Amino acid sequence: MSSYNVIKHEVSKEPLIHITKNSAMPFWKSFLIRAAAVAIAFLLCSILSYLMIGANPLEFLKTFWDGNFGINAAASKIVIWKLAKDTAVLLCIALAITPAFRMKFWNIGAEGQVLIGALAAVAVVYYSGDKFPDWLLFLFMLLAAVAAGIVWAVIPAIFKAIWNSNETLFTLMMNYAATYFVAFCLVKWTPDGSSTLGELKRGHLPSIGHPYLLLILTVLLITGLLFVYLYYSKQGYEISVVGESQRTAKYIGINVKKVIIRTMTLSGALCGLTGFMIVAALDHSVTTTTVGGRGFTAIIVSWMAKFNPLVMIGVAFLIVFLNQGANRLATNFRVGKAFPDLVVGVIIFFVIGCEFFIRYKVHIRRKAPAAASVSGNVAEGISESGEGSGGGGGDGSGVVEASGEARSDEAVNETVNDTEKEGNAK
Amino acid sequence: MIVFEFLLNALAIGITFLYGSMGETITEKAGHLNLGIPGIMSVGSACGCAVLNVLCRDGCPVHPVLIVILALLATLAGGALMGLLYSFLAVSLRSNQNVTGLAMTIFGVGLAKFIFAKLEVDGVFYTRSTKYFRFPFANTTSSLQYIGILVFLGIALAIVSSVVLSRTRVGLHLRAVGESPATADAAGINVTKYKYIATIIGSAIAALGGLFYIVDFQGSQEAYLTVEAMGWLSVALVIFSTWRPYVSIFGSFVFGVLYILGSYLPSFGLKVDMATSNLIKTLPYVVTIIVLIITSIRNRPENQPPASLGVSYFREDR
Amino acid sequence: MTDPAEKTRDLTENANRPYALELKGVSKAFGSIQANYKVDLQLKHGEILALLGENGSGKTTLMNMVAGIYFPDEGQIFVDGEEVVIGSPRDAYKYKIGMIHQHFKLVDLFSAAENVVLGVNDGSRYSIKEVNERVRQIADRYGFNINPKDKIHEMSVSQKQTVEILKVLYRGAEILILDEPTAVLTPQETEVLFSVLRQMKADGKSIVIITHKLHEVLAISDRVAVLRKGEHIATVNTAESTESSLTEMMVGKKVSLNIDRTEPHDTAERLVVKGLSGHNPEGLKVLDDVSFTAFGGEILGIAGIAGSGQRELLEAVAGIYSPDEGEITYIEPKNGDRVNLRKKTPLQIRELGVRLSFVPEDRLGMGLVGSMDITDNVMLRSYRSGRTILLNRNDPKKLAEDIVRDLEVATPNLRTPVRRLSGGNVQKVLVGREIASAPSVLMAAYPVRGLDINSSYAIYNLLNDQKERGVAVIFVGEDLDVLIELCDRILVINSGRVTGIVDARTTDKETVGFLMTKSDDRPKSDERGGNS
Repeated sequence: MSSYNVIKHEVSKEPLIHITKNSAMPFWKSFLIRAAAVAIAFLLCSILSYLMIGANPLEFLKTFWDGNFGINAAASKIVIWKLAKDTAVLLCIALAITPAFRMKFWNIGAEGQVLIGALAAVAVVYYSGDKFPDWLLFLFMLLAAVAAGIVWAVIPAIFKAIWNSNETLFTLMMNYAATYFVAFCLVKWTPDGSSTLGELKRGHLPSIGHPYLLLILTVLLITGLLFVYLYYSKQGYEISVVGESQRTAKYIGINVKKVIIRTMTLSGALCGLTGFMIVAALDHSVTTTTVGGRGFTAIIVSWMAKFNPLVMIGVAFLIVFLNQGANRLATNFRVGKAFPDLVVGVIIFFVIGCEFFIRYKVHIRRKAPAAASVSGNVAEGISESGEGSGGGGGDGSGVVEASGEARSDEAVNETVNDTEKEGNAK
Repeated sequence: MIVFEFLLNALAIGITFLYGSMGETITEKAGHLNLGIPGIMSVGSACGCAVLNVLCRDGCPVHPVLIVILALLATLAGGALMGLLYSFLAVSLRSNQNVTGLAMTIFGVGLAKFIFAKLEVDGVFYTRSTKYFRFPFANTTSSLQYIGILVFLGIALAIVSSVVLSRTRVGLHLRAVGESPATADAAGINVTKYKYIATIIGSAIAALGGLFYIVDFQGSQEAYLTVEAMGWLSVALVIFSTWRPYVSIFGSFVFGVLYILGSYLPSFGLKVDMATSNLIKTLPYVVTIIVLIITSIRNRPENQPPASLGVSYFREDR
Repeated sequence: MTDPAEKTRDLTENANRPYALELKGVSKAFGSIQANYKVDLQLKHGEILALLGENGSGKTTLMNMVAGIYFPDEGQIFVDGEEVVIGSPRDAYKYKIGMIHQHFKLVDLFSAAENVVLGVNDGSRYSIKEVNERVRQIADRYGFNINPKDKIHEMSVSQKQTVEILKVLYRGAEILILDEPTAVLTPQETEVLFSVLRQMKADGKSIVIITHKLHEVLAISDRVAVLRKGEHIATVNTAESTESSLTEMMVGKKVSLNIDRTEPHDTAERLVVKGLSGHNPEGLKVLDDVSFTAFGGEILGIAGIAGSGQRELLEAVAGIYSPDEGEITYIEPKNGDRVNLRKKTPLQIRELGVRLSFVPEDRLGMGLVGSMDITDNVMLRSYRSGRTILLNRNDPKKLAEDIVRDLEVATPNLRTPVRRLSGGNVQKVLVGREIASAPSVLMAAYPVRGLDINSSYAIYNLLNDQKERGVAVIFVGEDLDVLIELCDRILVINSGRVTGIVDARTTDKETVGFLMTKSDDRPKSDERGGNS
């Protein structure tokens, strides 16, 4: 055993790009990244619209502005109110699903829950005729809508809590059950078979100053209340604990099943309430497209706002703003009603993509380590110290997040994390 | 005779769901819940129709086989590109799968409508090619004319994907990626590569469903407006067939029957009104919910979604 | 199995061959913690080498370097006399080295054979029938009792382990490393495993078995290599060793830690556990007729190999784990009322007015919510107080400030999510919260694990302080030196059974180490006792 043949075999190479979790990022930095993503996406949209419909970037911006704030005083009044109304409705649906999302219960059934709420409100008016005074009619409409929303939301919640049924798929299916149920009722209610109900004669919420004002104020009130509920109430606190760790919840004696069902009841009730308001304050009728996909958009709004009701105001506004602007663009340049969906889609992709640069750090290997180097797992310097920003979408360009310290990947285990220098992240 | 036509029609509409669910199943087997399937089917069919529009502008001068092949390729490419976009966001950037999928649907449906609106402006020529997709029964007058080449292709693909998933090494590795990416990774399987390829292939196959629905089954220019609904039914069919492509051959037929039952009941001598036929349309979803409930109560692992469905894989999370 | 002549030939052949595996001066550090330091190790062809050491002595880390999970900081690895570089598990398989880890990496939904063949791409056409056949052949050869077609989720833990072994053999491994394979097995299953290992040895395989159970070392191994605090102490022939000689090498000389310890005073019964038994989800018995009494004003240590039932014991008392049988009685210090805690949820226990605090092993996964700030985490126990709908954050905030100040928690501010704190500070927040409710029983599981020296002493002082106040402290630890210096009595738990309760002032490491590791089949009642 005196002499060994020393043969160097090729070792598995360190990957070129190495990704680690980002433990801490100051708020301003993550905000900048998101803002940059929106800005880049907006720029891309303007380039795209130049290529597709020949609108130069200035026109693009101007049309967006006009679409949301009007070209003259008279138009402004109309479009700004519309902007506020659409924001309020989208915000309200986003608020409704937020409690469930904070619990990591993926309720994607808002579309159906709102629709069934709207249907219930209409049904009360349809069947009650002139029996009740206005205030009682509103009360019954509201109760019916809320109850219907709760039923649609709690069924999946019960099965999730007891048998752990997949709530995403379950709530998704409930949407379509609601849609065709509405179609069923519409045919029943229209003797001519047209399925078009037309405007209800009763059940219009009074106009206070402006027809939309009551709705907008109500949604703002809900926003405030929900914010307080989620961040400052005991139940909201329980929702957060269950969402973060069911083990911790059990450790401190929270009844997880109860919290799941209770929270989905709240979610469903808020969805039903939204349905009621769409009927009583805006549409005064119901169709299969009353919600019109806003139940899905609201999921994205809630998620983009990181489930914070106050931030949600801004996100909902952004989405509606983009929609209206792109709508105006589509009308002005005659490119069809679908154009807004494209613009919103691109922006959402960028915002979704930029989250990666907030949650993770990308390390790019400077050079390949020597084959038999002892530092097989020692990490790599960082080539750039640029601000991590944007770079989502489909182009594949990743921007490197700054990081001065060297890290070892495999070696990072509990013990390392426990050393004092690792913590105390500023 | 009417029963025969009914069954053939059910089979045909079912093929739309079959393509969609097959694509979604392959993607889900890699652990990705792709709620963008409706958008992907829309975009894919728009690409196919755009190509058909160009080819058939002057009365389809090109050889029919070439027309069909080019349309299929364009559709596959459109679906694959959407799949690539999804993979980049959900696999590489590890974004939330639900949110990404829904954004894909919003974007995809919008893009498709945008393209179809353009095609309408130029004149709708793609419906002229419908007869080529009805090969070999195009010229018969019997109910068989609803059964075209894409029906056979769909069934064949479902059988092939079943065999690949259950009998081959690639299928084994793919299922391992969806069940337990950490285990697959430890066994030396390139998890990212499998996720990308499965999502892209799945999206391409799903896109064929959209093309089939618009050009073959409906053969009308309004059909594109309802592709999204077909996409959601396809997602439902995945659950109904408990993530098995060969079951979804049968399942797609059941869905087809339920989907068109309402409009055929009068022909069978049963008095149904429009309202009831709408109620019957909820059946595929209700049945799917029941299947979902039953499988979760019985809790047999074989009938559950892939274990890592919806969860992004990050190696250093272990 | 082999005739004598062949055996002789084998022996002579082996004698001339270089070692199957040799490590020279291998070191590995994780941050400031040295897991292995200049370890030399030799594995002969066709032998079973036991790698013995306490928890945290670096056994698993050392073998992970051989298996390609970690890469050594320095040192050389030789296989069959040739120096090799092992950068990944694939590389390890290339040198016919396979490791069976403690945590199985299996796809539950797959059959045994599918798991075995997963990731193997030898260029041949894939046929599950052939794989089944080959797996069956290997199983028959070594006497595994397994059907290749059975699904993993239908299997017992020992069968799952068999699949892991088959995986390694299927890839042609000649050197097998088993990381604490018996930790999850019943004595009967252990016997079966050992006969399989002997069979493999007879087949010419070289085997390393990582363990800290002495009787198993004596039963199965040819030689024993002992690691202590990351260093190689000695390699001895098993035939020349006894349990006590091995224990001595394993635990080493007593190290004085100078932890303050006061005499218990005013002790009174506080918690009485009687005949507690229970299973884990896999159906293995984790608690077996556990009985003890904890007194106010003393620290009761619980010593044992990791996974001997400590966690279940504490969780049973806290109402998180529900045992099959037994009694848990709490004695109210003020009036002597006896309260039954069994079959109560944590919430019910609190509502009964039982002041029971529990510092769980999994700090961020169970004790705290990583994404919440210090105030919100401090509030976990007390947020329900009062009849209001809204939370009262004022008192928790004051408490959080107190904890940060008194325990010197290093944090930018109270709004920092605890996940971003270092391990020591996380633990201070957790312990601080648990003692803030003025407990009369305080249970702490591995409260100093992963902490640096200063943080550890801070925790010891906190525990001592609670003892002074008359709290019954139950301390689950792994470092015997600490247990002996900190505690008043030490309960030793071994495979879910209490193998002894000793006076910490008079006992020594050998005694405790022996109780921790001695075989299960000895009578267990005679060592019971205590100082009270």
